[in-house]
Amino acid sequence: MLADWTQQEVLTGTTIMAVEYNGGVVIGADSRTSSGTYVTNRTQDKLTPLTEYIYCCRSGSAADTQAIADHVRYYLDFSRISQGREPTVRYAAHVMQSILYNNRDNLSAAVIVAGWDEVNGGQVYCIPLGGLLVRQPMAAGGSGSTYIWGHLDAQFKPGMTDTECQEFVAKSVSLAIKRDGSSGGVCRLAVINRSGVQRRIIMHEDLPKSYDG
Amino acid sequence: ARPHPTMSSIGTGYDLDVSEYSPEGKLFQVEYAHKAVESSGTAVGICCRDGVVLAVENIVTSKLYETNCNRRVFHIDRHIGMAASGLLPDARAVARHAREEAADYRQSHGEPMPLSELASRVSNLMHAYTMYSAVRPFGCGVLLAAFENGRPQLYGVEPSGVYYSYHGYAIGKAKQNARTEIEKLKLAELSAANGVKEAAKIIYSCHDEVKDKYFELDLSLTSAETAGRHVIVTGEQWTEASNYAKAALEEHDSDDDV
Repeated sequence: MLADWTQQEVLTGTTIMAVEYNGGVVIGADSRTSSGTYVTNRTQDKLTPLTEYIYCCRSGSAADTQAIADHVRYYLDFSRISQGREPTVRYAAHVMQSILYNNRDNLSAAVIVAGWDEVNGGQVYCIPLGGLLVRQPMAAGGSGSTYIWGHLDAQFKPGMTDTECQEFVAKSVSLAIKRDGSSGGVCRLAVINRSGVQRRIIMHEDLPKSYDG
Repeated sequence: ARPHPTMSSIGTGYDLDVSEYSPEGKLFQVEYAHKAVESSGTAVGICCRDGVVLAVENIVTSKLYETNCNRRVFHIDRHIGMAASGLLPDARAVARHAREEAADYRQSHGEPMPLSELASRVSNLMHAYTMYSAVRPFGCGVLLAAFENGRPQLYGVEPSGVYYSYHGYAIGKAKQNARTEIEKLKLAELSAANGVKEAAKIIYSCHDEVKDKYFELDLSLTSAETAGRHVIVTGEQWTEASNYAKAALEEHDSDDDV
């Protein structure tokens, strides 16, 4: 007799977010992948590179989002060669959207595409379930995001520096991890700007503290 | 081989199929396609400081035609224009393909097609028609223009599929004279608004009054002033350019009187 969780799809019940700042973007995610109640991976990397300057934050089915990210990476690689320049974040988001929208009936995937390009600087594009594409200065996704929308609305202000954005993302992900059973582990952060990507991990014990009840 | 009428039969025997090389390694059908361009009205493209101008000497063979019914300057996308010299139906086919490519790119990429990409696609298309005996090469040359990210761009594609990026270029009947005139211009200082007048002047000065009595001046502009949109020049701006060109001609003629 097999345990419940072995029959369940592996999901990234998740918290992901991305924030634009003047000169780039900051993206963050938790690291829990669950299959029912079993945590299949507590150190998952949900921040996936599409190009050197463009990342996507994955939520929903881990298999779906990994496969789709591979496809998008293939298209963008090809595009970089044929156009002789880095693809724009907008193009990356459009490629992602066309796959998610055209296969919406068979997929369970919601992503945030964020990165930097020379034309428009740092940009965040949110693609929720169903395949809507919208650019936003700040976006959050995954099951954990629902617990922190109030916090995001109250604390976000446009024109933050990249350090302020990193603190904001770390704090927000930390709050979501606290309340959402499907989010947990460490907080992975990345800053993407003209110089490329710098990645950070905030270990669980180092996450920003908040009221513990 | 069929008997040839009297012409410079340099290709006799190896010019019936575009898929046939001559012993010297030439494709005569492609060369003949170039001749179709060379016997057609001149098309000129000029990259100015802040825009690109296209102009065509649209030779009209009958006074019975409605004016501007067969323009030789085409919109390919909001931001890309095309001028053509050579067989007009062939030019229209190229324009149709280019329009499909540009629209397709816009939809799949979410942004306008860069001119360098479009030029490459048009070149691939025209080249493809030089490889099979079931089709003939396009009998037209095209000039593609856009003003992208503050930079004027001009590409010229020939019937063979060869294409280059130019500061200024001319194809058609009087291409040699027109190219010489373009070389005299100081393009880096020339504004697009003045470029329209200069292009008109070049068309008029290269026009052969004796052989082709009547022609229409097709003009277009893509510049900072038009916010990057490809605009066919009509109305006052067209009249101004046309008058400038005619006045320059008269001045030149009167210079000849000793």
